[in-house]
Amino acid sequence: MSDLLYSDVEDDLRAGLRALLAETCAWPDVLAGTEKDAPYDAALWARLTEMGVTALPVPETAGGAGASWREASVVLEELGRAVAPVPFLGAAVLGTAALLAAGAPDLAADASAVLAVPLSTPPGAVLDGVRAADDGRLTGVITAVADAGAAATLLVPAGDGLYAVDPGADGVRVTEVVALDMTRRLSDVALADAPARRIGDAEAVTAALTTGAALLAAEQLGLAERCLELTVEYVKTRYQFGRPVGSYQALKHRLADLWASVAQARAVVRYAAGCAASGDPDLPVAAAVAQAHCSAAAVRAAEECVQMHGGIGFTWEHPAHLYLKRAKSASLALGTADRHRAALAGLADLPA
Amino acid sequence: MSTAPPDEAELHRRVRDFLAVHDPAATAPRDFLRARFDAGLAWVHYPPGLGGLGAPRALQAGVDRLFAAAGAPGNQPERNAIGLGMAAPTILAFGTDAQKERFLRPLWTGEEIWCQLFSEPGAGSDLAALATRAVRDGDGWTVDGQKVWTSMAHEARFAILVARTDPGVPKHRGMTYFVCDMTDPGVDVRPLRQMTGEAEFNEVFLTGVRIPDEHRLGAPGDGWRVAMATLMNERVAIGGHAAPREGGMIGVVAALWRDRPDLRTPGLHAELLRLWADAEAARLTGERLRQQLAVGAPGPEGSAAKLAFARLNQEISGLELELLAEDGLRYDDWTMRRPTEVDFTRRSPGYRYLRAKGNSIEGGTSEILRNIIAERILGLPAEPRADKDVPWKDLPK
Repeated sequence: MSDLLYSDVEDDLRAGLRALLAETCAWPDVLAGTEKDAPYDAALWARLTEMGVTALPVPETAGGAGASWREASVVLEELGRAVAPVPFLGAAVLGTAALLAAGAPDLAADASAVLAVPLSTPPGAVLDGVRAADDGRLTGVITAVADAGAAATLLVPAGDGLYAVDPGADGVRVTEVVALDMTRRLSDVALADAPARRIGDAEAVTAALTTGAALLAAEQLGLAERCLELTVEYVKTRYQFGRPVGSYQALKHRLADLWASVAQARAVVRYAAGCAASGDPDLPVAAAVAQAHCSAAAVRAAEECVQMHGGIGFTWEHPAHLYLKRAKSASLALGTADRHRAALAGLADLPA
Repeated sequence: MSTAPPDEAELHRRVRDFLAVHDPAATAPRDFLRARFDAGLAWVHYPPGLGGLGAPRALQAGVDRLFAAAGAPGNQPERNAIGLGMAAPTILAFGTDAQKERFLRPLWTGEEIWCQLFSEPGAGSDLAALATRAVRDGDGWTVDGQKVWTSMAHEARFAILVARTDPGVPKHRGMTYFVCDMTDPGVDVRPLRQMTGEAEFNEVFLTGVRIPDEHRLGAPGDGWRVAMATLMNERVAIGGHAAPREGGMIGVVAALWRDRPDLRTPGLHAELLRLWADAEAARLTGERLRQQLAVGAPGPEGSAAKLAFARLNQEISGLELELLAEDGLRYDDWTMRRPTEVDFTRRSPGYRYLRAKGNSIEGGTSEILRNIIAERILGLPAEPRADKDVPWKDLPK
């Protein structure tokens, strides 16, 4: 059984990130950013890249930090806590995992390659929206791609291959769409006889989506934990009927259950990250369990955050909606909880 | 004179040296266990002279493995769960030197079984409301009252007992913690039959039971603090064990699902997959708790683990009956028996369904656990209370 605790190095990494995010990415900043045209917080992304946290699982020989997906998972917990508007999932997780699986780690050092699949794609799904011509040029449409606006390179699955595409090339059109999650922008990518370079096989996409599912769970954990904290703080100070509302069992028991669910989320997230880091053959099970649990935990935490804040929690001027939109979108990302449970039917030999 | 506690290599060397002198095949089990205790290889984190060597608790598992591999007799911990899990740590923390000397060795070897006299008909979740009275009487105490939900009382030599010694002060302050001799003529143990048909538990009637003052644990009036320490140990014991995947009740249902394609329906499939994923999450949480304990940083996850364990057992055993359909209508045996341990896998699905109903009640109800999580972990305010500053004798009962 892998180590489910945090190392001293991981604790330090978390502390450094939390301080940085508290300073530069407080929720009013995040809210203000949602009404700007810039698709993500470029200054914060540059800081994260400088720190090296966007290339943790990339080997040092390829210009990365030579750490692993375990440490990257800690980064995602912190980014989830802050609903940080940076393209970490699309680039530093999905893009990097695809490049590592395709044997092209050199392209992952600056975390600027984004995996061009619909964000809702579960591991193992058939992707047939793009076809490659005999000369390697690509034609087709990919909808709802996360973080495509931040890509220096789009990694496009087509047929049995994975292709690198320059988003600025002729025949490539990236169009931002209005997304439910205001802190993770989505784009439709249209390719019309676009120039492309084959860099690997389609199996790299499944590997990337499986690693992505395992790592997304960490972001969901961070978000759930933050929603629980905000809510607990609030119900201690909000008085109705002459008592803090947090003294009523109707709320206390729901918060206790939420805490228990977050404690479980931490265990499944650590296990999934450990499996991703070591290339454990149990990764598909670990990722499916992590998604089945954490998708629901994050949505519940965000929904309880709204409900227990009462009226103020329903307003634009409170961060609860940022968390709710991220949590619900993340629960649809990389396969719903139901799809991950369905995958367990095959993985755990429990056929229909 | 003090020496550093042994490390893993030194401990293992001591086990091998011990086994070289005490051949498990040629030594009577009781003598072997006593000698193992005296060598400090019983519970290695206990102090020297009390069955341990002051070693890190994490090293216990390795020592146990070496003894098991050598075919050494065990101390049958399943027969003495209360003794090992609750009485021993309480005696170690609160007992006098004489009490530690007297009680710990035969407790660990299993020569003396222990039970717990805490709950009463009128004091379940609200344990501090208990009414069993202990009255000072010369050099000892005289105890009268009724206790309930006492497993192993019919086999126990001693009990840990909480009784009211001062009814004139608010309830949490007027209790005292004792060791009760179960062979006292005033102790009457009667089986308490439960919904499964068995009697795992007993009612214990205490009439003029004499307890010498040397058998008091902690100061008079300090019983609540001592009892809380005991109960924390209980919850760690219930929630914090490592198990393999499908190691619990989910494994029984998963095997049934694989064996019986004729029973499968889409709705039950969805339910099974949900519970399988939930069971795996609970298992990993238990494993994480175990890892925290091993490095000496116990987290509060024990409460979460027990909540999840109760809910899962109830939902999974309910699913098993639905899956079985007609066979789910049967029950194996209603004969009144007195089992010494609970084994969910040995009996029928109907037994599992019924027995699991106790999981959210015993060892702290799920509702009380949620209060504990909310108040002690999340720091939420307590509900207003009517019983806080009122003498126990004036409380409505």
